[in-house]
Amino acid sequence: MTVGGLSVGLAKAPARRSRRIPPYVYLLIAVGALAVVSTVRVFTGATDLTSSGTVQAALTAAVPLAMAALGGVWTERAGVVNIGLEGMMVLGTFGAGYAGYQWGPWAGVVFGLILGLVAGLLHAVATVTFGVDHIVSGVAINLLAPGIALFLSKLYFADAPGGGQKQSPRLEDAAKVTLPGFSDLMGTIETKRWFFVSDLAGVLRGLTTQVSLLTLLAVVLIVATAWVLWRTPFGLRLRSCGESPSAAESLGVNVYKYKYLAVTASGAFAGLGGAFLAVSSGQFRDGQTAGRGFIGLAAMIFGNWRPGGLATGAGLFGYTDAMALRSADAVHALLLLLGIALIVVAAIQYRSGHYVLSGVAAAIGVLFGWWFFASDEVPPELVGAAPYVVTLLVLGLASQRLRPPKFVGEPYRRGQAV
Amino acid sequence: MRNLTLRSVLLGLAAPVGALVFAALLCAGILAVTGHSPVDTVDAMSASAQRPRTLVNSLNTAVSYYLSAVAVAIGFRMKLFNIGVDGQYRMAALLAAALAGAAFMEGVPPVLRVTMTVLASMLVGAAWAGIAALLKVTRGVSEVISTIMLNAIATYLVSYLNNPARLAEVNPGSNDVKTPDITAGGQVPGFEVTGSSSKVYGLVFLAVLVGFLYWFVLSRTRFGFELKATGLSESAAVASGVSVKKMVVISMLLSGAVAGLVGIPELLGASHSYSLNFPAGVGFIGIAVALLGRNHPIGMAVAALLWGFLFNTANSLDTAGVPREIVDIMQGVIVLSVVVAYELVRRYRVRAEQHAVGHALGRTKTAEEVSA
Repeated sequence: MTVGGLSVGLAKAPARRSRRIPPYVYLLIAVGALAVVSTVRVFTGATDLTSSGTVQAALTAAVPLAMAALGGVWTERAGVVNIGLEGMMVLGTFGAGYAGYQWGPWAGVVFGLILGLVAGLLHAVATVTFGVDHIVSGVAINLLAPGIALFLSKLYFADAPGGGQKQSPRLEDAAKVTLPGFSDLMGTIETKRWFFVSDLAGVLRGLTTQVSLLTLLAVVLIVATAWVLWRTPFGLRLRSCGESPSAAESLGVNVYKYKYLAVTASGAFAGLGGAFLAVSSGQFRDGQTAGRGFIGLAAMIFGNWRPGGLATGAGLFGYTDAMALRSADAVHALLLLLGIALIVVAAIQYRSGHYVLSGVAAAIGVLFGWWFFASDEVPPELVGAAPYVVTLLVLGLASQRLRPPKFVGEPYRRGQAV
Repeated sequence: MRNLTLRSVLLGLAAPVGALVFAALLCAGILAVTGHSPVDTVDAMSASAQRPRTLVNSLNTAVSYYLSAVAVAIGFRMKLFNIGVDGQYRMAALLAAALAGAAFMEGVPPVLRVTMTVLASMLVGAAWAGIAALLKVTRGVSEVISTIMLNAIATYLVSYLNNPARLAEVNPGSNDVKTPDITAGGQVPGFEVTGSSSKVYGLVFLAVLVGFLYWFVLSRTRFGFELKATGLSESAAVASGVSVKKMVVISMLLSGAVAGLVGIPELLGASHSYSLNFPAGVGFIGIAVALLGRNHPIGMAVAALLWGFLFNTANSLDTAGVPREIVDIMQGVIVLSVVVAYELVRRYRVRAEQHAVGHALGRTKTAEEVSA
């Protein structure tokens, strides 16, 4: 994977074209994974692993990550790296706080989106028009945005009722919906503690109880992104700007226009993610994003630059986040799950003939397993690091399966020869 | 070497000066729009700047900014983005503080004790950066991504280790958690300045030394040449026999080692322990300083001093009723506009060069001359 910079260490041989995996395989994987989690649940007694409460909390935690990751997909698919997502999210949280406490949550969402969009436009001007290095511009935005947010926060919230120098007044949450009947039925099954069935019921109940309309909007946006980017001529052109801008240009695509659109949209998504965060946690606070823009970036990489993948990644990272807040037992059980996942990776790598990688994966997997059996709990300070560690492990142990856009991070001038 | 003509010097200065002026005007505009007086703001900052203490603090802050900038610049020169300086220096400062403050270090002679602390910080910084280097050369993982992840992991590791149950203790009489105090033998005394209650860090010379070594290695050694060559054209460097993988590992380790030093002047000169209040985010400031100073040892020193000055005079703003974040905004605007300005100047230079070449060629090959 290149993000500009040196190409050393990249695989020389072109990756084999993988066969398209049919949907039922994904379903089987999901069922298998749930079966493993269920087994671990029974084995460790950590009921919070699959309780509806955890799933609900995970969903809430996952939405901002997914929005940031979605922003990442838009911009990187058009060939522009955006590590400024974090800063754009910060602006989104402020925007939601500012408009949200005065005119309601949806005004907050819109205002957060607009602030993110403006920051995205700034990144587009710097990287596309002026050809500034993408990373440099992103770092600058990450320096700039928290300053702006805190400056404005001191200006507008310090004297507002219930606000402070570093926080907004309370916000109203968006409306929540529950699937009537189904949710209660699942709740009954969940309490039976049956192997697998109760776990499935817990997950389904979590997904259908007290779901914020914001979450539903996020799901719609992910599906819409998948459709727009992969099923429309517009999407094909946008992605071609990230794969080979000169080829796109030769076919009459206005590469600058598409890059502008994509980067601006990515800012809007990140702003939306920030707004979700502020609205769902009830106020804007300084430092509220706490690196979520970066976790979003990680979710995007974990998801192989695809909407379905990033949703999975955001879901997983949201899950660890929710777990950290809810139950020490469940977090401890996560160690075992991580160990098992690594052993599976080791087996897959062994089958594809990557013996060294397989050995490393197995060794790390055994290490996590040993940690699980040798300890009673995971220090709470370390739990937050899980998404980052998982991303590094994925990059280090399974990166040949990742395929970023080919021209991502490279500078591009109209009419340049490649 | 390029010729130093008046024109080239002016062009070189145009970008940073233009960016500074632009940022200052923009911030004045923001202040005016939000109902603050730009004049009063400048007044408050310049009043604070006349206090010797502010200047001493500015110099001290600049020392860590400069070290951070050099660490970033080592990578930049070969197109290697070490975004991870932030995590590297925090890990290094914490572990070095724990080592220097440990009870068994009491018996070690002062010079050796300080040397051990400094070396430990460099080792930790290099090791943390080494993970990213390893992932890059063995698996092709972008160092941007891996160092972002490592920064976050460092944050959690530091909060895990900086805990009374592990390396730290609770500061008596407060909620602060910190590593045991480094006793007099492990400290580096500073220099008194008349009229100022704070001292200039003794390790200000460390920054000067690092800056000199950075200049010397890059411009006077084969390694430096290869490093710059790799940054300018990876394929050309490979063709001339440079092992890019080796270069990546060495320069990442060097960058990490320098990053490890970032917190040391503060640690041994003033705070004497790693606490929750230890300066954070210096790694990202280093990126800004390196960009503003164009990776040049002197340019980065000027930029670091400017940044340190802005940071310390900002403290006076809150009393003047202006949110101090206006300085953060100003710094952000400077970085963004300076990189845009450098790009514009670069394009102008290229065009001017093409123009000059075209002009020269046009004179030797006019139609009449060809037909004659």
